[in-house]
Amino acid sequence: MKLKKGVPLIDQHDQFGFWGGKFGGSFIPETLKKPVEDLTEKFKKLRKDKKFIKKRDYYFKNYIGSPTSFVKLENLSSQLGGAQIWAKVVSEANGGAHKIYNATVHALLCKAMGKKYIVGDTGAGYAGKMLSMAAKKFGLKCKIFMGAKDIKRQKPNCDAMRKNGAEIVPVYSGSQTLVDAVSECMRYWVSNCDNTHMCVGSTVGPNIFVKICGWSTAQISRELKAQLKSEFKKIPKKIKLINCVGGGSSAYGFWSEFIDFNKKQIELIGVEAGGPKKSKLHAAPLSRNAKIGVLHGAASYVCQDNEGQINETESISAGLDYPGVSPIHCFLKDTKRARYTYATDEDALNAYVMVTKFENLNPSLEPSHAFAEAIKIAPKLSRDTIIIVNSCGDAKKDRDILKERLGKN
Amino acid sequence: MVSLINEAFKKARSANRPALLTYTVAGDNTKKKSLDILKSISDYADICELGFPHNTPIADGGQIQTSAYRAIKNGIKINDVFAIAKKFKLSKKTAPIILMGYYNMIYQYNENKFIKKCKNSKIDGLIVVDLPYPENKSFSKKCKRKGINFIQLVSPTTSNARLKKIIKDSHDMIYYISMLSTTGGKLKVSPKKILQNYFKIKNQNKLKNVVIGFGITEKTIKSLRKADGLVIGSALIKEISKSIKKRQNAVTNVTNLVRRLKIKIK
Repeated sequence: MKLKKGVPLIDQHDQFGFWGGKFGGSFIPETLKKPVEDLTEKFKKLRKDKKFIKKRDYYFKNYIGSPTSFVKLENLSSQLGGAQIWAKVVSEANGGAHKIYNATVHALLCKAMGKKYIVGDTGAGYAGKMLSMAAKKFGLKCKIFMGAKDIKRQKPNCDAMRKNGAEIVPVYSGSQTLVDAVSECMRYWVSNCDNTHMCVGSTVGPNIFVKICGWSTAQISRELKAQLKSEFKKIPKKIKLINCVGGGSSAYGFWSEFIDFNKKQIELIGVEAGGPKKSKLHAAPLSRNAKIGVLHGAASYVCQDNEGQINETESISAGLDYPGVSPIHCFLKDTKRARYTYATDEDALNAYVMVTKFENLNPSLEPSHAFAEAIKIAPKLSRDTIIIVNSCGDAKKDRDILKERLGKN
Repeated sequence: MVSLINEAFKKARSANRPALLTYTVAGDNTKKKSLDILKSISDYADICELGFPHNTPIADGGQIQTSAYRAIKNGIKINDVFAIAKKFKLSKKTAPIILMGYYNMIYQYNENKFIKKCKNSKIDGLIVVDLPYPENKSFSKKCKRKGINFIQLVSPTTSNARLKKIIKDSHDMIYYISMLSTTGGKLKVSPKKILQNYFKIKNQNKLKNVVIGFGITEKTIKSLRKADGLVIGSALIKEISKSIKKRQNAVTNVTNLVRRLKIKIK
């Protein structure tokens, strides 16, 4: 298994959609073959269409607010000693998280395909909120599937979705979290694929959805590359790019431009959700050695039992609370280009407290997992090492959880 | 080797009626009960489909989801499913049985081991919901080599070019999904339209047995009786759920329903 240079990772799959010969694919019911093929064809054309790219860039700039800022966390760095810690503040994007990139592109695709309805899944509620925003912006009717447990714990985002005119469909089956929301959304699409477009909220699902999402979030690393050059004159010698990984859309977007670099120069570190310290449950298939399985139309490392039943997961962060992970991250793991680890709920909370104490930054619980790793390794590293954390979401949505766990806000 | 699936269709055809196919979930709500149901309904059903339950069933509606969760909660394992099928075949030697489920279960068990186990349990056919053509080519070949029917699915969204290829690669039976829906949805297409699509498939190769499934109930079954076979699943499971809730005998109730269905298509 080998990575190719000069080819975007999203395009390094075989004719059946597998990365590294075994991750990804399209394990879908027959009914979805046609709409998936149609979408694949359309996307293939549009991504080479200058007018479409222009439109995308226009909305990225004027609607999403690209580029998001790249800042040094001076206080945190001097407090910890060792490496310099920087943040790419993607949470400045319209809506407060990276999910807006994928949502905007899907809304544009939906319009281009002449469909009037768009549906999507959501865990933390950001994918749902952003899709509802994009739907409103482009005049599409929108339905969001969300686990009943997540609806309760991410209320601010639910309020936003409703305000944008989207219908939230609560999902009561299984663990009532993201995994069930994705299943239910796919079921809805099976039944309505003739007039409805589906947006998968991360770099997961059948091959084409991994590609579209990765193509959308890649904007983050394009910006960062330019920002690095203008800040340091050239790309520094020792960089560590730290990102949380649930499905893996923000991590892929954060890394895509840097995958071809030598890992000694630019190390890629993914941080999964380790769950509560004392719990056996987690949402860390990459770093806790899950087996390969098929979930939601793709093969990836999946938290599952010996029989292939999907395990329940547990994490304080609804956005990372997912038993599978993107096939492209499995590929990056097996080719050893990226290193994956996990942070527990407690680690993430501690990191949140520390970052908000020293910096004017309010990372949600998802990137707080990434900050936990940064805080852990920074003191051991040299002054000329540049750690960059993708602060990919804003903690406004976590208001209730933070209040409960930390007794403030 | 004689294909029991083919024989079942022949028998139904000679009686001038479609074959009746049932779908129930192994282990719902206990291993023993699901075996009893299978044995009892096969007095009327021509072919029994037995689901091996998965907890992330992306193409199933509420009824079958509930049934699968119930079975898993009561501890069903994949080897129990094989044991149920084997016991069934011991008592009903000529009744064809088809296993139906999702690919991850087969993948974890190992494709070759799974097929071998099917063979040992005398299973006649396999339906894998999320392993479409052409991804299923190699698996379907392996099945054929062991004398197991791999059943291809086609749907209203299947293009003509694709349909031709799928039929060419199919074995004795093809499963036509009546409409864009998960299992157990309300029939939202007219029976006339469904049959029109059905004959488009059937006329490509008259030797293949084409069945229609999804959304078929006691009310609608008669209108589709021109097909080679009709599959009824969610309606049976609804009856099981109702029986459990009312503390009635699910075996009797489901069998009575299957008997009524059989009368409707005679």
